[in-house]
Amino acid sequence: MALSDYTVQSEVDTRSGFGAGILALGRENPNVVALCADLVGSLKLDDFIKEFPERFVQCGIAEANMIGIAAGMTIGGKIPFATSFANFVTGRVYDQIRQSVAYSGKNVKIAASHAGLTLGEDGATHQILEDIGMMQMLPGMTVINPCDYNQTKAATIAAGRMDGPVYLRFGRPKWPNFTPADQQFEIGKAVVMNEGADVTVFATGHLVWKALQAARELENHGISVELINIHTIKPLDSAAVLKSVAKTGCAVSCEEHNYIGGLGSAIATLLSRELPAPLEQVAVNDSFGESGTPDQLLAKYGLDTQDVAAAVRKALARKK
Amino acid sequence: MASIEELERMATQVRRDIVRMVHAVNSGHPGGSLGCTEFFVALYFEIMKHDPKFSMDGVGQDLFFLSNGHISPVFYSVLARSGYFDISELATFRKLNSRLQGHPTTHEHLPGIRVASGSLGQGMSVAIGAALSKKLNKDSALVFSLHGDGELQEGQIWESMLFAPHHKVDNLICTVDYNGQQIDGPTEKVLSLGDLEAKARAFGWDVMVIADGNNMAQVIDGLNEAKSRTGHGKPVFVIMKTAMGAGVDFMMGSHKWHGVAPNDEQLKVALGQLVEEKDY
Repeated sequence: MALSDYTVQSEVDTRSGFGAGILALGRENPNVVALCADLVGSLKLDDFIKEFPERFVQCGIAEANMIGIAAGMTIGGKIPFATSFANFVTGRVYDQIRQSVAYSGKNVKIAASHAGLTLGEDGATHQILEDIGMMQMLPGMTVINPCDYNQTKAATIAAGRMDGPVYLRFGRPKWPNFTPADQQFEIGKAVVMNEGADVTVFATGHLVWKALQAARELENHGISVELINIHTIKPLDSAAVLKSVAKTGCAVSCEEHNYIGGLGSAIATLLSRELPAPLEQVAVNDSFGESGTPDQLLAKYGLDTQDVAAAVRKALARKK
Repeated sequence: MASIEELERMATQVRRDIVRMVHAVNSGHPGGSLGCTEFFVALYFEIMKHDPKFSMDGVGQDLFFLSNGHISPVFYSVLARSGYFDISELATFRKLNSRLQGHPTTHEHLPGIRVASGSLGQGMSVAIGAALSKKLNKDSALVFSLHGDGELQEGQIWESMLFAPHHKVDNLICTVDYNGQQIDGPTEKVLSLGDLEAKARAFGWDVMVIADGNNMAQVIDGLNEAKSRTGHGKPVFVIMKTAMGAGVDFMMGSHKWHGVAPNDEQLKVALGQLVEEKDY
């Protein structure tokens, strides 16, 4: 596919993609269960609960207990999705995830909504920008950050089908839905959205859309962008990253996350070891967020289309 | 069914394993392990329906979760002595490349362990999850867990304490090793649990007390009583009073032997008080 092939089918939140995905998964596998800590509506679990009331566990506002219960439910073959806002199912319960889930090798899926700045007006207490870092540091944890409704639905189903702990991150706001509804989603496999020659843009989550917009603009200015959607940050598709940067010679990473510990860090580690090349990061510059609309926040914190374009020009300049 | 005398002999053997294991690596936690020896022997040699041919899912089996993972010596000894793995492996405790890590883990695939524990406060949640899974699977077997009294200071425990009665998790028996000691001193001084019995009851549990958790007959009777209380809409909470270090006079009743191993001379004295002849 090429840049012009991606059209906006609708504006819909990625968390609704999760809701649709877990419903489909629930129909496919009777062992799939959902847990939530008093945020059923926000996590779009209503349809799942209506259809499978006995397979839903309301934990109340007690996330640590929820993670432990999810770990315990895997014993006996259940596939639990422990759900809440991204802040409350990562930082708040890091040790529970570390010991009872990751170290214990439990088949728990941590499904996290309202990740990043774009949850908006609730402000920094809820806008976690460190979750990808925390989760990818855990040995054995798969970390997935899909870009739109269709991809979140597909990622949810894929996460439920794989054996092992998964951190699945998605968001709150209505967002362009532009990837194919019938996409084949393979965990750990990067998606080349556009082949290009001058620079590689790696993007994850909501910022894939911003990167796509930027790539279109840059193309009009004669810059050929290879755009790669890294929906799985861990395990990183190292082969795809290296193959592309070997061709283009420079790279930009884009994520709704602190520049420390996220996608950019993962790519930087890989490139510095295997293929040193200029890398610019579009990410939050080691700060907390604040209240505002999603658009205002993305602009203020340097995560907008123009920021991606500027990072591309910087990367290109460093290549010469 | 084993006689009380046979179970007591096994408890003596387990106590010998415990002091020898911690002595061999000059580390580990003998105090709580010795205090809970009767409980473990009762569970694995009398109370639980379990199969040493271990499967993680344990379908149709009673399951046990050790939440206060630092008392791993007693857990490992009883698992080995009931056939989960060879007793000679007890000699690898806390050594490099061992399946018998300082705190229990599934990571090295040691038969009998179903979750890692050591960071405190997590085991009750895991036990509840396993109990819910059994209910969904229409599996009528029970889930047991053990917790330290100091461990009850962790906030997650009280999230679990709220949850289990609310969701009527009545296939669950959580026991507290109530020895009144923790690393920094008596629990009463460090951070008092207050009236634990009243607290657990107020949270909605079916609460019972084993007055002497180092008396084998009392432990057997207490756990059988606990089993009879399952299936009636409430989780069962057992406050089991024990003496830390029970069975070795100089270790008894003091928090000083929480995480300290005996030296050569002390080991000799301890083994002299624990006479049994089937050492690993």
